[in-house]
Amino acid sequence: MSAEVKEKEPLFSPKNRKLLSVPLNRDNPITMQVLGVCSALAVTAKLEPSVVLALSVVFVLGVGNVVISLLRKTIPPRIRIIVQLTVIATLVILVDQFLLAFAYDVSRQLSVFVGLIITNCIIMGRFEAFGMANKPWPSFLDGIGNALGYGWILIAVGFFRELLGSGTLWGYPVLEKIGLYSTGYENNGMMILPPMALIVVGIIIWVQRSRERDLIEEN
Amino acid sequence: MFSNRYIFIYSTVMVIIVAAVLSSTAILLQPRQEKNKTIANIQGILAAVNIEATSDNAEELYRQFVKTELGIDQDGQVANLYRNGILEEGDVRPFDIDLKKEHYNKRMGNPFLSPLFIAEIEGDTLYIVPMRGAGLWGPLYGNVAFGPDFNKIVGADFSHDKETPGLGAEISEGAFSDQFIDKMIFDDSGKFNSVIVIKGGPSALSSDLKIHGVDAISGGTITCNGVNDMIKNCLENYMLYIQNNN
Repeated sequence: MSAEVKEKEPLFSPKNRKLLSVPLNRDNPITMQVLGVCSALAVTAKLEPSVVLALSVVFVLGVGNVVISLLRKTIPPRIRIIVQLTVIATLVILVDQFLLAFAYDVSRQLSVFVGLIITNCIIMGRFEAFGMANKPWPSFLDGIGNALGYGWILIAVGFFRELLGSGTLWGYPVLEKIGLYSTGYENNGMMILPPMALIVVGIIIWVQRSRERDLIEEN
Repeated sequence: MFSNRYIFIYSTVMVIIVAAVLSSTAILLQPRQEKNKTIANIQGILAAVNIEATSDNAEELYRQFVKTELGIDQDGQVANLYRNGILEEGDVRPFDIDLKKEHYNKRMGNPFLSPLFIAEIEGDTLYIVPMRGAGLWGPLYGNVAFGPDFNKIVGADFSHDKETPGLGAEISEGAFSDQFIDKMIFDDSGKFNSVIVIKGGPSALSSDLKIHGVDAISGGTITCNGVNDMIKNCLENYMLYIQNNN
């Protein structure tokens, strides 16, 4: 480990702010690193589960990265993946148990997806790449930043899929209220199937790269 | 470097701490979770007779409307009777009958019980059949309420543990369950056809079956087939009881 910096760094120094902002766009876990795509395909048929899953990932990744960062000097490298996985699984089970006890309705709506956070590769990716090598506070910011970067893509995809696929937003029949169906419009059933999530994510990546040309790989 | 000894001790301690935290959380929260489950059950039963209950007033509304609970055996006879808060026959309150266990007994050819709840609403006697079946990822639950003739459906409510949100999970939405209202389970000649959940709904069925048809959910085919089978398999258990009482 490199020599620790002695003077106190301000909590929101430019470097720390970057930890929060960069994953939102230029180093987005989904569009740039193409991680966590499986859950992005599965939960985004509706807006509501997308938002709740995004929030749950913010909690698990924020807290988990701090825990890993606190333990980083004691974790034997040979079993670090097992330790990381145990931390994730513990946090996720705690979230699940608390939802069952105190927010039963939300828990029923989310059904399998709380458990699926365990398999989200972004979380282990951040533990491995950041939490294991940095102090708790930067790790916390990095965790929150990446979870938000993941979350806003999820919410954007969920927004378009629910609007075009079911004609509703958060269960509210938007298109029916503005009278689009009477003009002969029909919902696109394909939007609620997983392949369209992949295409919507693809379109977001396309837009992002056409705005920031330097992100395009040379080949 | 870390020695093997350190690694073994580290992982043992970690596992013990995690196990202690998780099991104590589970034990502490269990009573609340069980209570939530019971209340959700009651809400499901009430939703089938179109009474919307919050988690606060569910138990009170249930006592007010559902005064009789029956446990029906494999021969269609009433084996358990619970009325006005008193268990008059049998050794278990029908509300507490474990459908999973009873379905297992049925498959094994053992005697089994089927619960039936009778609600009195605005002078009508409504029969509520609790159901359990299999979806794509886990169990499905449901309550279907019938009018006094035990043929016409007056309401239905479905829930699930793990179906895919936005697809199969839509069975728990009103848009799906409201379609069951006014469907029949017997045709004009008295033959049991159950309810048919099918893509396209009644328009996909021949004219004599239209009264049984319900539109399935796109993207939720396996869950909808599960609902179909669940209703059929569960209602079968009541055929002898219906015959005995008509």
